[in-house]
Amino acid sequence: MAKRNSLWANIDWFTVFIYLVLVFLGWINIYAAVYDADHHSIFDVSQRYGKQLIWIGAALLIAFTLLLLETNFYVFFAWFFYGAVIFLLILVLFFGTTINYSKSWFAIGGFLIQPAEFGKFATALALAKYMSTFGFKLRRFKSLLTIGVIIFLPVLLIILQNDMGSALVYFSFILVLYREGLSGVVLFFITLIGLLFVFSLVLPEVTFFIMLAVVTLVVFLVMNPGMKHFFRVVLFFAVAFALFAGLEFFIKAGLKPEHILAGMLLLGGIAAWIYSLRKKLRSYSMIALVFIGAVLFSVTVDYTFDNVLSHYQQARINELLGIESDPLGVGYNVNQSKIAIGSGGLWGKGFLNGTQTKFNFVPQQSTDFIFCTVGEEWGFAGTFVVVLLFVLLFVRLVILAERQRSGFSRIYGYSAAVVLFFHFAVNIGMTIGLMPVIGIPLPFFSYGGSSLWSFTILLFIFLRLNASRLDNLSQ
Amino acid sequence: MNTFSKRSYVIIGIFVLVGLVFTAGLFRLQVLDPTYKVFATNNVLRDVVQYPARGLIFDRNGNLLVHNKPAYDLLVTPREVEAFDTLYLCNLLEISKTDLEERLQTAREYSAFRPSIIVKQISPETYAVLQERLYRFKGFHTQSRTLREYSYPVAAHVLGYVGEVNPSDLERDRYYRQGDYIGVSGIEKTYEEWLRGEKGIKKFLVDVHNRIQGSFLGGIEDVSAQIGHNLISSIDIGLQLYAEELLQNKRGSVVAIEPSTGEILALATAPSYDPGMLVGRVRGANYARLLADTLNPLFNRALMAEYPPGSTFKVLNVLAAMEEQTINLNTRFSCAGRATMPIRCTHDHHSPLGLIDAIKESCNSFLWNTFRSIFTKYPTSAEGYNVWREHVLRFGIGERLGIDLPNELRGSLPEASYYHRIYGTGRWNALTVRSLAIGQGELGITPLQLANYCAAIANRGYYYTPHVVKEIEDGEIPNRMKTRNFVGISEEHFEPVIEGMQRAVEQTNTAYLSRIPGIAMCGKTGTVENPHGSDHSVFMAFAPRENPQIAISVYIESGVWGARYAAPIASLLVEKYLNDSISTERKWIETRMLDANLLNPIQPK
Repeated sequence: MAKRNSLWANIDWFTVFIYLVLVFLGWINIYAAVYDADHHSIFDVSQRYGKQLIWIGAALLIAFTLLLLETNFYVFFAWFFYGAVIFLLILVLFFGTTINYSKSWFAIGGFLIQPAEFGKFATALALAKYMSTFGFKLRRFKSLLTIGVIIFLPVLLIILQNDMGSALVYFSFILVLYREGLSGVVLFFITLIGLLFVFSLVLPEVTFFIMLAVVTLVVFLVMNPGMKHFFRVVLFFAVAFALFAGLEFFIKAGLKPEHILAGMLLLGGIAAWIYSLRKKLRSYSMIALVFIGAVLFSVTVDYTFDNVLSHYQQARINELLGIESDPLGVGYNVNQSKIAIGSGGLWGKGFLNGTQTKFNFVPQQSTDFIFCTVGEEWGFAGTFVVVLLFVLLFVRLVILAERQRSGFSRIYGYSAAVVLFFHFAVNIGMTIGLMPVIGIPLPFFSYGGSSLWSFTILLFIFLRLNASRLDNLSQ
Repeated sequence: MNTFSKRSYVIIGIFVLVGLVFTAGLFRLQVLDPTYKVFATNNVLRDVVQYPARGLIFDRNGNLLVHNKPAYDLLVTPREVEAFDTLYLCNLLEISKTDLEERLQTAREYSAFRPSIIVKQISPETYAVLQERLYRFKGFHTQSRTLREYSYPVAAHVLGYVGEVNPSDLERDRYYRQGDYIGVSGIEKTYEEWLRGEKGIKKFLVDVHNRIQGSFLGGIEDVSAQIGHNLISSIDIGLQLYAEELLQNKRGSVVAIEPSTGEILALATAPSYDPGMLVGRVRGANYARLLADTLNPLFNRALMAEYPPGSTFKVLNVLAAMEEQTINLNTRFSCAGRATMPIRCTHDHHSPLGLIDAIKESCNSFLWNTFRSIFTKYPTSAEGYNVWREHVLRFGIGERLGIDLPNELRGSLPEASYYHRIYGTGRWNALTVRSLAIGQGELGITPLQLANYCAAIANRGYYYTPHVVKEIEDGEIPNRMKTRNFVGISEEHFEPVIEGMQRAVEQTNTAYLSRIPGIAMCGKTGTVENPHGSDHSVFMAFAPRENPQIAISVYIESGVWGARYAAPIASLLVEKYLNDSISTERKWIETRMLDANLLNPIQPK
C-alpha cells in the first residue's frame, strides 16, 4: 500500500497536466474544424469530434492502466512488444486496407488501426532494452549494426506500406544515439548535408558556387595561419578561373558559367588542399577537403534530384523550397494552410469563426492540418501557446530522462521526447511552409485513435518508469 | 552519471531553437504579413456582379430612341452536368453538336466547379422555351444581361453601339471586367460613364467547391447596382428619319443645327445601317458584313469626310474682307464671265456687282478680287494669308469643333509653311492660292463644320459647340457646350451677306426647287470639283432669316451641282422641321429627291 501511495506521489503531474491540456485543445479544435451548423452537438459520435471523445476516453483508460503496471513489466516484455509490432507490420502488408495510397491500416469493425503508430513505442522499448544491457558500448561495430537493424526493420516495413512520413519518424532516434555517445561529427555532417542539399536546389548554381567560394575563403581567412598562405589560395582560385574562362574564350568549349565556376572551385580547391598538405597546415587541408566535398555533393544533388527521386517527391521538395510555385497543384495544401493560419492575425477569428477551415479550403484539416484551425481561430496568441506547451513538454521530458538512474528509463525517456519532437517539428513546419508536406500527425491534436493512443502509450510508459526511478535501483 | 549528460543541453537547445523558429515564423505569417488575410477573403467570398440597366436615350421631343431588352446567357457548371438531350439543346440554341461539345470542353478546362458562359445573349423568346425545360439539364443555369434595342432604324452613327470590352479598355479603366459591355461608338461611347451606371456587388460565402453557402454578413456589405443616367439627345427623330430617307441611294450627309443652342437636330450620313444590326449574337457577323461593304456604311461622312466647301465658302471670304475693311458695301468689281482672269466665272449675271449680289450670283471674279484685297493689305503674302487663315479658323474650320461624338476630323486648312514648302518662301502670293477664294484647292471641311459655320452666320457672329446630347439626367452637359464662340466678325457685316444668301435662294433661277413658300431661307449652294467623277453637290442654309431655328448643311456626292440635289433636300428638311409637313405644291420635289438614285450608274445625267 505504501508503494501505491508513492506511485501516485511520484508521477510527474506537470507532464500529465500538459498532456491533458494538449488533448483538450486538440479536441475542441477538431470540433471547430469539422463544425457544421446542422450537426452541432459536441457529443455527436457520428462526427469526428464525437469519435475523438471516445478515443480520448480510451486513451485515458490506457494511460491509467499503463501506470498500474510494474516497471519490470516493460523491461521484461520490451522485445515481446517489438516482435509483436513487427509481426503486425508484416501482416498489414498482406491484409491491410489502403488509404491515401498507404497500405498501412487494419480495418476492424468500423475502426481503423495503424500498426506503424505502435511501432514507435515498441522500437523505443527495444532500443532502451538493448542499449541498457550490461557492458554495452555504443562505438562498437556490432552495437551500431544491431541498433541499425532495430531501427531500420520497422522503417523498411513502413516504407513498403508506402508511408514515407511515418518511416521518417524513426530517424529521430539519431538524437537518442547522440545523447548516448554517438560522435557529434555525425550530427554535424547530417546538418551540413541537409543545408547543402537545400541551398544547392534553391539557389541558381552560379550564385551557389560563388556563395560557397566566398564562405570558404572567409573561413580560411578567419583561421588565418598567415596572409601569405591565404593570398596563395586566392591565387589558386584565380588561376583556375582564368584557365577555364580562357578555355571557353579561346576555343569555344561550350562551357556555361556554372561549369566554369564548378571547374574553378574543384581545381582551386584541390590545389589548395595539396598546398596545405605540403606546408603541413592541417586545419587548412581539412577545410579544403570539406569544400571539395561540398562542391561534389551539390553537383550530385542536382543529378540525384532529377534522376533518382520520384516526381511526387521532387514536387513536394520543390514546393517547400519555393522553386516551383503552383498554388493550385502540389502546393495547394501548404498554400491554403498558410492562408488559414495567416488570416488568423494576432488574436484569431474566434472559436468556430474560422472561414478557411470551415469551408474545407484546407485539406485534412482535422488530421495532419489541425494546426491551421488553431492558427485561424486563435491567432498568434493560440499558436504561441501551443508551441510553448509542446516545447515545455519536450524540455521537461529531457530533464526527467536525465534524472533517471537506469539506462533503460533514460534511453526510453529520450526516445519518447525526440519522437514527439519530430512529429511536432515536421507537422507544424509543414503547415507554415517551413518543411515539405509529410503526412504525420501533430501529437495529441490530430484526429485519430491510433495516433492518440500511440502517443499516450509512448508518454505514459515513460511516466511510469519515471515514477519508480527511486525504488528501482536494480535496473 | 553518464559521461554524455552534457549533451542534454544540445538536445534541449535544438528543441528551444525549433520552438523559436516556429514562433518567429508564425509571428511573421500571422501578425506581420497581411497578404494571407487578403487571400483568405478571396478564398471564401465570391463577388457576384449585379449589372445595372444602361441609361435610356430619348430624342429632343421625348421619343424613346434606345432602350434595353433582356437577353440571357446560358452558363454551365461542368461538375454538375448529367447526361442530357444534346440534340434538343443544340436545336434550341441553333448551334451544332460539335460546337456545343467544344464549348463544354472549354468550360471544363476552365473549372469543373465554377460556372462559365457557354452561350451568350439568348433572346427572350428562346429563353422562355429553354427556361421551362432547364430542369432537365442539370448543371446549366442562366443569367440575365441587358442588350440595347433601338426604336428607329436610323441615327446609327449618332447613337453608336455597345460591345464587349477589349483588353485596352480593361487596362485603361479598372471599372471594367472581362465580359462587361462598353459603348464602342457614338453617344454610347462619349457618354459611357453616364450611361453605364454603377455595377453592384453581392457578396456570398462559398465553400472550396465554389458552392454558395449564404450571403456574407447578411448582405450589409452588398452594393446595389445603380442604373445608368438617362440622356436626352438633341436629335429630332422625325427630322433624322426624313434626312436618312432623303439620302437613300445616295452618298452624302446632312447636318442640321439649332443655331441658338448648338444642338444638333439631325446628323445623317449615307449609306448607313440599322443600329439594331450591331446588337446581340448577330453583331459579329453583321459587323464583318458592314466592314466588307464597298459603300463603307461604317464611315461617318458627317464628321469624317473632308470635302472642299466650294462656293459656300464665298460668304466667309466676303465677311473676312469686310472685317479687314478691304471691301465695303460700295465696293464693285467687274466680271467678264467666262473670260475673267484669273478665275473664270460661269454664272451669267450683270456686271459689275456689289457684295450682296456677288453672293447671290456666286461671282468668282468678285471673290477673287475680295480675296486678293486681304493679301494686298499686308506687306507680304504670308502675313495676308495668315490673317485670312485666322478668320477661317475662328469659324471652326481646320480644327476639331469638339462635338460630343468620337472620331471627328479637323478638316484641312494648310499653314503658310505648307505653301513655303511647295513654292519656296516668299515665292507665292494670292494668285498662287487663288482657288481658296472660291472654296476649292487645299481646303477640306467636314459637313459638320459647314453646318456650324452656317449657324455662326445665322447667329450673326458666334456659334455654340455643336452637340448631340441636350440633357443628362441628374447631370450637366459640359460647360464648353454652353458658351458662345465668337468668330471675330462685327455683327453689322452679317446683314448684307445674309441678304445675299436670301436672294440666292429666292431670286436665282437655279434655286427655284429650294424656295419654301412662307419661309425666308438664306442659303448658298456650292459645287465641289470631284476628280473621280461628277462634281459634288453642296448646300448650306438657315431659316428663318430672323430668329433662325435651323442651320443645315447638305453634301450629295456626285450630285453635279449645288442646286440640283443638295439645295432641294435641304429645303425639304427645313420645311419639314419648321412646318412639320411638306406643302402639296412641293410634294413632287420630295418624290423626285426620294427617287433619285445616285448609286446606280443608269441614272440620267
